[in-house]
Amino acid sequence: MTADYITICLADDDEDDRLFFTDAFDELRINTRVKTFKDGVELMNYLNHADSILPNVLFLDLNMPKKNGVECLLEIKKNVKFNDIAIAIYSTSSTEEHIEETFVNGANIYIKKPNDFENLKKILSEVVTINWQYHTSGLNKDNFLMRM
Amino acid sequence: MKVYLKFDYAQMTKKIIQEKLSELGYKFSIIGFGELNFNEKIPTKNFNEITNIFNEYGIEIVENQKSILVQKIKDTIIEMVNTDKPMNIKSSVYIAEKLNLSYPYLSNVFSEVTYTSIENFIIIQKIELAKQLMINTAFNLTEISIQLNYSSVAHLSTQFKHMTGMTPSAFQKIITKRRKLSNKINN
Repeated sequence: MTADYITICLADDDEDDRLFFTDAFDELRINTRVKTFKDGVELMNYLNHADSILPNVLFLDLNMPKKNGVECLLEIKKNVKFNDIAIAIYSTSSTEEHIEETFVNGANIYIKKPNDFENLKKILSEVVTINWQYHTSGLNKDNFLMRM
Repeated sequence: MKVYLKFDYAQMTKKIIQEKLSELGYKFSIIGFGELNFNEKIPTKNFNEITNIFNEYGIEIVENQKSILVQKIKDTIIEMVNTDKPMNIKSSVYIAEKLNLSYPYLSNVFSEVTYTSIENFIIIQKIELAKQLMINTAFNLTEISIQLNYSSVAHLSTQFKHMTGMTPSAFQKIITKRRKLSNKINN
């Protein structure tokens, strides 16, 4: 139940962003295993595959080709197999209505992409740390909402 | 028909442990939450069987000494946060006295294992309870702030916003909408 690392998946079509994320995770105190995907289709294929290790946290970029973040979110929320995955949406900019809508549709975390690496590291560290508490302390994931 | 449930995890866990171990014919006693004493020595084969049954219910036998201590600190905090009685001593003093160890030592071990501080964990637990009360009871925010020992409702709101990035009312609005949406899908 309580492994000593947290598994993370990340779907983002921007290669630089993927690199920033994985670098940021590498510098965290919590051990992470990170897998990255370049679009929503690639991600969903992985998640739906029977042998795949499901992530504890999934980071979803909103704007991706083929299948965007919201489409992935809706698909994941429909399948009970994915109930335990905490979903973090991140995007460069968004309206209040839109942010609320993603939460209502089942996202746990909403991150506004920061402009610099130091801030990204700080935000990801907070998200992963709090998720670790949900993971190891039996907190109710249905009430897990966080905006960064 | 759809109903909403509220859980008492301590009670549930106790009941499962009692039922499963009695079924297997073990003599044991439950000492407080999260501690179990067998009246006899358990052979490895049986111990593995118990471990497997427990794991099915998400109950884990903690073997590492530091993890055991951390679990005790967590249990103390959860009990402290969930009590209705007002606390008249500082939580650091309470935890140290309860576990009979120095607070700096407890604090170090806790941060090392959980990646967060005792202080922060207390806040997480309080905010979690506030969320539960907001959703599952008719208490308003002022009543919740009193129950959780906050000096004012503003203090609770500020801490809530700091931990979740949103105000209590924004949180409540989202959960209400989510429930409406899932009702629509399920009906």
